[in-house]
Amino acid sequence: MKFKSRHLLFIVAVWSALQAQEVIWKSLSEDGLHDPENPAIELLQQPAEALSQLPPDTVGNRVLWNRALREQYIQPRTNIYPETKIEVIDMDIIMEKTGELPLVLFPHRPHTEWLDCTNCHDKIFVRKVDANPVNMFAILSGQYCGQCHGAVAFPLTECNRCHSVPRSTFTGKPGVQSRAN
Amino acid sequence: MIQGIMPSTMKARNSIKGSGRRLLLISLAGLCATGFSAGVSAEYADVVLNRLSDKNDVRPVIFPHWFHRIRFRCKVCHNELGFEMRAGANEITMGKIIDGQYCGLCHNDEIAWGVDNCSLCHSGKHGLKTGIRGSNQTGGPGRW
Repeated sequence: MKFKSRHLLFIVAVWSALQAQEVIWKSLSEDGLHDPENPAIELLQQPAEALSQLPPDTVGNRVLWNRALREQYIQPRTNIYPETKIEVIDMDIIMEKTGELPLVLFPHRPHTEWLDCTNCHDKIFVRKVDANPVNMFAILSGQYCGQCHGAVAFPLTECNRCHSVPRSTFTGKPGVQSRAN
Repeated sequence: MIQGIMPSTMKARNSIKGSGRRLLLISLAGLCATGFSAGVSAEYADVVLNRLSDKNDVRPVIFPHWFHRIRFRCKVCHNELGFEMRAGANEITMGKIIDGQYCGLCHNDEIAWGVDNCSLCHSGKHGLKTGIRGSNQTGGPGRW
């Protein structure tokens, strides 16, 4: 009996938590940041109005930003100055020093669709495989990937979006992946 | 949120006796979970900028990062405009904005609203700390 009630309680608690999370995109006047006394608040776009139109995710802004871009739900500008060079690089890197977790696959393509090379190189990452002592503690402290992930890009609770290559099935060589593979 | 649930679960483990009590605990756990969710608020990636605002008796700036990325890729502001990718790391002043730097490249009454619309950007509650907010941010030893 004791065993059952404990489990029931746990299930109900988790269920309540999930239900509570359904309330997404708070209105600006209730978000705890905007001053509801500010009359100009009426002129600002509400998150729900903009974000509910985009492909849904379960975390962050509840938006799959890469899909939104790829499938042209949004068409954000790449540059303002006509002379700015826009580079998109299609190159995956596999990182193997992940303990027992699946290997990390870092795709340059979606990152360079949004960012310029100089945003990461060489301020955050040296342009050399294995030259960056990336670890989860540093990331959780806002370094390396954590400069954006956990702040403005999908949060660090989504382990397997980065740790996406199972050790058991990967037979190639870590580092830069050639397109032939 | 898990932290909010745990104490009631523990309590349940030790002291559940009758079904009435169990129901009470279940509702408490539910309330607890809901309460914790209601506490979190800002949209993921809202940026509070309050380096100078409060000191000058104006509301802090709430920069909606999510709103801007719908219209501009990261590289526009973080490369062309030169915004450091760290909240509070940019020495932005109204003078520089009026001169067309930082926000002022677009917020000039031509591309987006101009600097005379103070309270559209300076829209936050007094006393907020500079940093990135949002309900799903990492709760760890982060710098946000």
